[in-house]
Amino acid sequence: MTVQYSSFIQGALSLLAGLSVTIKSFFMPVVTSQYPREVLDITPRFRGHIKLLADPENPEWAACLVCGVCQAGCPSHSIKKIEGEKIEGQKRKRLTSFILDFTTCSQCGLCVENCPSKGIGFSDDFNLAGYKREDFYFDLVQEFNKRKKSS
Amino acid sequence: MGGLVKLLDTEMVRLAVGLVLALGFVVFNALILTWMERKVAGHMQLRIGPKEVGPFGLIQPLADATKLLGKEILIPKAVDKTLYYLAPILIFIPVIVAFVVIPFDSYLLVKDINVGIVVILAFSSFTVLSILLGGWGSNNKYALIGAIRSVAQNVAYEIPLLLALLSIVMMSGSLSLKTIVEAQKGLWYVFVQPVAFIIYFIASIAETNRTPFDLPEAESELVAGYHTEYSGMMFALFFLAEYTNMFIVSSIAVTFFLGGYNGPFFPGFIWFLAKVYFLVFVIMWFRWTYPRVRFDQLLNISWKALIPLAFLNLLVTGGLLKL
Repeated sequence: MTVQYSSFIQGALSLLAGLSVTIKSFFMPVVTSQYPREVLDITPRFRGHIKLLADPENPEWAACLVCGVCQAGCPSHSIKKIEGEKIEGQKRKRLTSFILDFTTCSQCGLCVENCPSKGIGFSDDFNLAGYKREDFYFDLVQEFNKRKKSS
Repeated sequence: MGGLVKLLDTEMVRLAVGLVLALGFVVFNALILTWMERKVAGHMQLRIGPKEVGPFGLIQPLADATKLLGKEILIPKAVDKTLYYLAPILIFIPVIVAFVVIPFDSYLLVKDINVGIVVILAFSSFTVLSILLGGWGSNNKYALIGAIRSVAQNVAYEIPLLLALLSIVMMSGSLSLKTIVEAQKGLWYVFVQPVAFIIYFIASIAETNRTPFDLPEAESELVAGYHTEYSGMMFALFFLAEYTNMFIVSSIAVTFFLGGYNGPFFPGFIWFLAKVYFLVFVIMWFRWTYPRVRFDQLLNISWKALIPLAFLNLLVTGGLLKL
């Protein structure tokens, strides 16, 4: 009999413990985020498509030197075209066109690691959707200029 | 003017007005409770619950009701037509009768019948009958299993429920709900009879087929139990009845144990509704805390624990009253 009583009391206490768990979570703040109206911060190591970074000495320009290491090292041949122009009085070239085929890119990050001028990073744009394959051929120079303008 | 007052004061008019108000309240209460249940469920799982339709999602139940009204009522070929149609009506009508005798306030009471609690309990046992009719008439094995479970469960739990209420009736010496509330002006019966309150509350959760005793509609095993084959407004009637039963068992608990409409500062009906909705919240709290019991456990709780305990409580109460 004594065993039964102690198990009865234990059972009753466990019922109360369960109630306390649920009432605590009832008053805890909700974890749901209202997605279209409220966007969570993107973690710093999120890998979106690659983007061009600004030259720290000359923020108007991309840091890219048009060396072509990223294109040569890309395992999926996703970097289609890199073109630059020579500027009078400058030692380096200025980037005019950087075409990325995002359909084949696997975000491996080799281009980011290999870039000698630290000119490539990952964007945090996760809202990528399109109707055509061509929607994912990005000209990163245009994207860079757009970002420069808006900031 | 005097004639009009005299006309309105006749028993029949009072009853008619009371029933119409009760019908309105039943629907309103069900709307509030569905919203409340979803909000409570949401917050207990760290979600938000309905929020898109109206402020705080308050209009969501209206949208749901509109959906149910617009749905086609599908009737399977093999059902027993008479019983199938009778069941949702039979489950819904008796719950309104209970509103005739529940004292919302000292003056807000349709009719103070001197056997009030007997009326409520007698009519509430229609619920199990209509569940059985619905389950049998549906001609569906899940519905039938749900109905059979419901009968076994309701028979088992009606006894401790009655015994728990009986101890209060012995103390107050009356079956009229209003007299019982008036007797609690000084001290609520829950402090005198805590065991009876706990027994009543457990049994009432089982009577309303709520978790953890929701075996008749166990959605993980029986699709939807006894109302598997019902759709549209016929389903909505079962739904309304369930939520109204929740309100009724809570209001009996408030009337018998928590002092009914007694309370300081605010008018009586506000106290009454606040206590009732608090108990309803506790029932919802149980639902989102406890898993469903097994069927043998369910019957063991009643026959081996609650009924002996209720008899003991009744004996002790009677003995102490005699002294």
